[in-house]
Amino acid sequence: MSFFSFLKQNWPELSTLLRQHLSLVLISTFVAVAIGIPTGILLTRKKSLRGPVLGLANIMQTIPSLALFGFLIPLPFIGGIGARTAIVALVVYALLPIIRNTVTGIVGVDPNVREAAVAMGMTGRQILWQVELPLAMPVIITGVRVAMVIAIGVATIAAAVGAGGLGVYIFRGLRQYDNKLLLAGAVPAALMALSADFGLGLLEKHFSFAGRRKTGAGPRVKLITLGGVAIIALALLFYSGWRNSRSADPAANNDHVVVGSKDFTESVILAEIVAQMLEARGVTVERKYELGGNLPHDAMLASRLDLYPEYTGTSYTAILHHQPITDPRAVYEQVKAEYAQKFGVAVSEPLGFENTFAILIRGAEARRLKLKTISEAARYASNWRAGFGQDFMSRADGYPGFSKAYGLKFADQPREMDLSLTYIALSSGQVDLIAGNSTEGRIAALDLFQLEDDRHYFPPYEAVYLVRQDTLSGVAQLREVLAKLAHAISTEEMRQLNYEVDANKRSQAEVVREWMKRKGFDGL
Amino acid sequence: MNDSTDNPLVAFRDVSFSHASAAAPIISHLTFLVAPGETLVLLGQSGCGKTTTLKLINRLLLPDAGEVIVEGKPTTEWDPIRLRRRTGYVIQEGGLFPHFSVAENVALVPALEGWEQARIRRRVDELLSLVGLEPRDFADRYPAELSGGQRQRIGVARALAADPPLLLLDEPFGALDPLTRASLQREFATLSKSLNKTAVFVTHDVREALLLGSRIGLMQAGNLLLLETPENFLKAKNEQAMAYLETLRVSAGSIQEDAP
Ligand SMILES: Nc1ncnc2c1ncn2[C@@H]1O[C@H](COP(=O)(O)OP(=O)(O)OP(=O)(O)O)[C@@H](O)[C@H]1O
Ligand SMILES: [Mg+2]
Repeated sequence: MSFFSFLKQNWPELSTLLRQHLSLVLISTFVAVAIGIPTGILLTRKKSLRGPVLGLANIMQTIPSLALFGFLIPLPFIGGIGARTAIVALVVYALLPIIRNTVTGIVGVDPNVREAAVAMGMTGRQILWQVELPLAMPVIITGVRVAMVIAIGVATIAAAVGAGGLGVYIFRGLRQYDNKLLLAGAVPAALMALSADFGLGLLEKHFSFAGRRKTGAGPRVKLITLGGVAIIALALLFYSGWRNSRSADPAANNDHVVVGSKDFTESVILAEIVAQMLEARGVTVERKYELGGNLPHDAMLASRLDLYPEYTGTSYTAILHHQPITDPRAVYEQVKAEYAQKFGVAVSEPLGFENTFAILIRGAEARRLKLKTISEAARYASNWRAGFGQDFMSRADGYPGFSKAYGLKFADQPREMDLSLTYIALSSGQVDLIAGNSTEGRIAALDLFQLEDDRHYFPPYEAVYLVRQDTLSGVAQLREVLAKLAHAISTEEMRQLNYEVDANKRSQAEVVREWMKRKGFDGL
Repeated sequence: MNDSTDNPLVAFRDVSFSHASAAAPIISHLTFLVAPGETLVLLGQSGCGKTTTLKLINRLLLPDAGEVIVEGKPTTEWDPIRLRRRTGYVIQEGGLFPHFSVAENVALVPALEGWEQARIRRRVDELLSLVGLEPRDFADRYPAELSGGQRQRIGVARALAADPPLLLLDEPFGALDPLTRASLQREFATLSKSLNKTAVFVTHDVREALLLGSRIGLMQAGNLLLLETPENFLKAKNEQAMAYLETLRVSAGSIQEDAP
């Protein structure tokens, strides 16, 4: 499929993402202008504030976006999951260039002109509106231009808080190693940035030209008309943006459940399973999928999210900050007890599979040598070459600890490559052992064999659902659904589901619907 | 015209002024009166405080000590906006608004004062003609499209626009060629006489001072060395004044005959 036919096929979704992206950018730029220009003006009047305020804006710009999102989600009014949070973050990033250029532009007005304005008996307000702002306008517009280009770039990260935009394609493309998706997100974003830069460049030229040339209407009239048009256009956009983001309010009522997921296929599939089963039971479900980093956790603590799929090992190490241990039961019980006590969050029964490092060899090799466990395979390692992803090579619980635990010595230094490529490298015989993902869809398709971790080196990553206790006690159907899903998904089934989505490019909803039918979960 | 010195339009009473950044006073113990209808010319070397004196009149600056009284009221008690709208000011460096057309620049104060459009347009045409610029040709240009001397003339027109009773002119004809300057000097002389304008006029040019001034003030280091009518100025025994008059004789022998 060519890139263009791909675009054509996905046009409805792409156009939605484009519109979301554009409205995120326009609304946030508008808000940043509405805050930044008056702030800049204030700073020209109060010199002592200039250093501190510009310094603060500077610092705000350096906050990593995921950290900023994590900080914003629990806040009232401006927080939550969705467009609102993304807009607040974008405004934070866009403020600095606007404030700075407003100050520079106004301070740069020729002192003779300013003195003339005072001497002619203009009031402070008249000087601001008729002299300082028009003369500073080209510099201010440059600031807006920079802010807007920054906003277009940063808005791709908005997908991490469920605000949509072109970042959805970019993240999905990265996850699925799908260059077409990646480009379908990145190219329009780049074009948008270029045209914003060009368009505002023209506007800037118009304003500096107005200083010398006769234009139809006076520059002041133009300014007012332009401002008016912009305000109306943005108000409309704001309204539609607001309508989209309004649903981000916490789910308080009982037959309304907000289901979230992390930003990878398996997490979305697991979330979609619960979502569809709840809907079949008459519960209204709101989907907040593909949230980045640990944002689902933050969102759940802030009561913005009722449920999301998680892995016990992740909760144990990344959230509760314990050293990894190898006993799955102990990890599960500890996570369950601490979540209940610290967060008011319940942990479902394990779903029946783990998503952990899987030590893989070719199926044919395993059958020929009759290998079942890593210990058995260790004997052959000296004839084998290994290939590992960057993550596995660098983590303390990855290659260094793993090779020591099993006394592994390979023929060569293991080759470090992209995780996704290791599967193909293994099946095509370029390497003989890899550390994959236990639920990777292609394990079955490529006839790979997972050796058992018989020394229990890898910490357990059992899939579970995390649910707010309030929601669990309020929604009877949810208890019923979770009971049904306990130990209901085998590793092979999860691989198959992932494969349908990642390799066969089918939609999660459709794949889940099919699976539920097979399991007999579609009825009540 | 001379009978009202006890009711002066502008009065400096023992005025001192210094800039915060510089220790030495720019103006020290300056005292003088400007009678209604007269043109007081300030003459003096660069940096002696002429521009500063003008700025004290329209309250761009406030005195550190003493009082500047305009129309019977100290500048400290004036509403600065009202005072400045009644005081036409021709700025030494021009100070035209680069984003305003020539017409808009000239119309500035009338527009601020809320004159109606037709009246403003008439006034702008009148003033442009007065300073020797064809309205049809110049009204719609922007300052960047003018020569230095043309910009200076727009500055004069702007100061005259709302017909203020008091004019402050800071070297208004400095950038003009001798012919244009002579013609504008004549215009100014007629204008100030017929409209009974009061003016404080700064210049470096003794000839201009003798021609336009009803009195000439010779400034040095923030004070007046001498304040005399042109006739008395020509007879002054003051060293500085004689040095100024010397420049007239040296530059061209025949100029003497022109002096009033
Ligand atoms: N903002 C300022 N801060 C400090 N000193 C100043 C400032 N403005 C002017 N001065 C000083 O005040 C003195 C008088 O300045 P002023 O502009 O009144 O001189 P002037 O007589 O108009 O000179 P010129 O004929 O060159 O225009 C000068 O020595 C000048 O350096
Ligand atoms: Mg001066």
